[in-house]
Amino acid sequence: MIKLTVNGQLREFEADLQTPLLWALREQLELTGTKYGCGVAVCGACTVHIDGVPTRSCVRPVSTIGAHEKIVTIEGLSRDSSHPVQKAWVALDVPQCGFCQSGMIMAAAALLASNPKPSDQDIDAAMTNICRCGTYNRVRAAIHVVARGGSVADAGLAIDHEARGRS
Amino acid sequence: MSGATITRRQFLVSATAGGLSLAFHVPFGRDAGAQQAAPEINAWVVVQPDETVVIRIARSEMGQGTLTGLAQLVAEELECDWARVKTEYPTPGQSLARNRVWGNFSTGGSRGVRESQDYMRKGGAAARMLLMQAAASEWGVALSELTVSKGTVSHPASGRSNTYGNLAAAAARLPAPTQVSLKDPASWKLAGKRLARLDTADKVNGRQVYGIDLQMPGMLNAAIRDCPVFGGKLQRFDESAALSRPGVRKVVRVGDSAVAVLADTWWQAKTALDALPVEWDFGPHANASSEAFAEVLREALDAPQAIVGNQNGDARAALAAATRTVEAIYGYPHQNHATMEPMNAVARVTADRCEVWTPTQNGEAALAAASEASGLPASRCEVYKLHLGGGFGRRGAVHDWVRQAVAIAKQVPGTPVKLLWSREEDMQHGRYHPVTQCKLKAALDADGNITGLHMRIAGQSILAGVFPQNIRDGKDPVVFQGLNPGGPEAAIGYSFPNLLIDHAMRNPHVPPGFWRGVNLNQNTIYLECFIDEIAHASGQDPLQLRRKLMAKHPKNLAVLEAVAQRAGWGSPAPEIDGHKVFRGLAQTHGFGSYVAACAEVSVSRTGTLKIHRIIAATDCGHAVNPQQIEAQIEGSFAYGLSALFAHCTVKDGRIEQANFDSYPPMLMSQMPKVESIVMPSGGFWGGVGEPTIAVAAPAVLNAIFAATGKRLRQLPVDPKSLLST
Repeated sequence: MIKLTVNGQLREFEADLQTPLLWALREQLELTGTKYGCGVAVCGACTVHIDGVPTRSCVRPVSTIGAHEKIVTIEGLSRDSSHPVQKAWVALDVPQCGFCQSGMIMAAAALLASNPKPSDQDIDAAMTNICRCGTYNRVRAAIHVVARGGSVADAGLAIDHEARGRS
Repeated sequence: MSGATITRRQFLVSATAGGLSLAFHVPFGRDAGAQQAAPEINAWVVVQPDETVVIRIARSEMGQGTLTGLAQLVAEELECDWARVKTEYPTPGQSLARNRVWGNFSTGGSRGVRESQDYMRKGGAAARMLLMQAAASEWGVALSELTVSKGTVSHPASGRSNTYGNLAAAAARLPAPTQVSLKDPASWKLAGKRLARLDTADKVNGRQVYGIDLQMPGMLNAAIRDCPVFGGKLQRFDESAALSRPGVRKVVRVGDSAVAVLADTWWQAKTALDALPVEWDFGPHANASSEAFAEVLREALDAPQAIVGNQNGDARAALAAATRTVEAIYGYPHQNHATMEPMNAVARVTADRCEVWTPTQNGEAALAAASEASGLPASRCEVYKLHLGGGFGRRGAVHDWVRQAVAIAKQVPGTPVKLLWSREEDMQHGRYHPVTQCKLKAALDADGNITGLHMRIAGQSILAGVFPQNIRDGKDPVVFQGLNPGGPEAAIGYSFPNLLIDHAMRNPHVPPGFWRGVNLNQNTIYLECFIDEIAHASGQDPLQLRRKLMAKHPKNLAVLEAVAQRAGWGSPAPEIDGHKVFRGLAQTHGFGSYVAACAEVSVSRTGTLKIHRIIAATDCGHAVNPQQIEAQIEGSFAYGLSALFAHCTVKDGRIEQANFDSYPPMLMSQMPKVESIVMPSGGFWGGVGEPTIAVAAPAVLNAIFAATGKRLRQLPVDPKSLLST
């Protein structure tokens, strides 16, 4: 029996000890927001937080994670998409296909937690996730939005969210 | 799995897919029932009693924003409340049963908006007319006395008004109008605006369901290994070791070249497959290599026989008579689409029904693949589309993964099977960007005017590999993308007094595919870098030379002038961090749009290339959502510039690169700042997902030449070639 603390809950399940955390999340715990992209810790689509540290879950066997270690996935970053990173992502319409974005958001949230005002060089160093759609410029802009406290005006994108506002 | 889990799954999927008949065990019948409760005004528009407007879209969303853009166009004509709009996919089976009422499902060639806009806008306009007629009939007043705004029909004379939700049932019973007129784009209120996408919310919290995420009760997971050498066969495998592993249920042969393991979880299936002893017959191509095929292409550059794609005057005579010629040979390698979500499909097959759930760029092609692989007529098959974790052309024309999933599911009748390719399988069984070389030869007069140009393309034809029936008299017309003599799709933007562009087709055993940007990619590199070569060889400014050649191509020239002006062409670029910055230009016409780019790069003495900024301009005729066009332009640089840094090579008949470590896509740290200029000139509809890819690499290569004096003619760029000598 494996015991993991995921998104604030202690979860117990049966799995081979070598099962990567990614596949335990997706197949045993039904948390499919964390994505499989490469399986070799290169692309970052599987990024989750373990005690706040951004971790590529596709190469991390569940047997190496203690029940006391706090795992946070994209589903647990906030209850209602209210994390500042998620809000900035929505404000700037960052995702295209969206497949890499769970990992991007988790990497960005970890970066900003440790470095609230990252420089472009800091962002380059921390954000090594692969995006094939090419959302990089908006990812960078959204991180800067969070660093500025959520002000989207400086991003210059002028995206109209008002038309969707309920009258 | 617990019952609660299943319920949550079903809720997740139906909530995300917006009521489309993803209800797993309930085919079309229940959907029709649902439509009674929510009246279908016409095929495109359903209005629910709570005022929700469901717009049906047959094209697939893969990140390019087509759901939002097409919904904007329908909503514009429908005059509904944008805040109430939802989208859903009709299924290809439903479309077939209704005489293809939703038209073409194909989502490629940057055609989503430009080829659906007319009939979809008319669908929206017709629905508006029906809703207004229902109000006019109810109130006994003339249609001309009514106004409409945000889903409410009003009769100002009497002060009455009613909502679409209330009028829908009556409107749905009225005959469709025979005459439908469309708005002048100048009066658009929703279309043409920088509206937020409709599909962002679920992409920031993990709720968006992709094909890879689908779960069904009793579902088995399959991992597959196809013969690593294209054209090889599966000989035998020893299933005993795999079957003894936990969770493994079955090991099956798939077609004549692949083997799959079925297990309770995919991780179990994948690890069992890794441990499965397999013997292959590698077939006739076991010794093929990229080097050997490059020699074939090199010879074809001078082959006497070639198919002419564009010709005027007599280029050969002009070259023979020229006092001066410039000549160069370029090459473009195989590339993998490398969608972030590997190929996958869920299939369930019984004796008389085949259902497939899959991310696809073409639901109808997926349906055809399901029908063929199951042996059942299309009327007994159905495909349920899911959002794509990237498409880029890989999930459009060829549905090899669907055929595999159906072939596997046939062997466990009634059990849903999810087939998911590993990244390695995905990298090594792609449908690759075609490999070509190009020899260009220009004749110059004493003033540096180009008196003749011969452009010989040697290499792979996509059509020959994908749609061989479309090859006519040996000609693949798609080969000449961006080089055609005229027309609205992909014409050359220069005039030469003598021109010959021909193609010597040589096809390797590596299967080709439509890779985002298709043949425009390499053709634009070849022509735009060579024009730059001619400019430098003849002592002319590259922009000035292009102006001379583009006098009869004002739209091409307009986008080029726009980027040159914004970049400050003609004055030196400011230094960045002590490095001198140099510029390069490129322009082309493709997928119906005119595009240009100016790249600004520096190359350090140690050979480090930095692409600082790219100015990019697009004239797509009508711009439906400028902020999403900008996103497509930006993304095009990530995709197009990745080809500078990575390629797929063949050794021993197989693709050598197996994952992102050996096929490294562009990263954030390499991504330039992109400044987009969206400059729609009106009067035509051009695509935006692909054309800019083509100008990405040549603009950068030309800037590299400006920085280093080094002309890089073979992609990817060899990092050693940038070292100072």
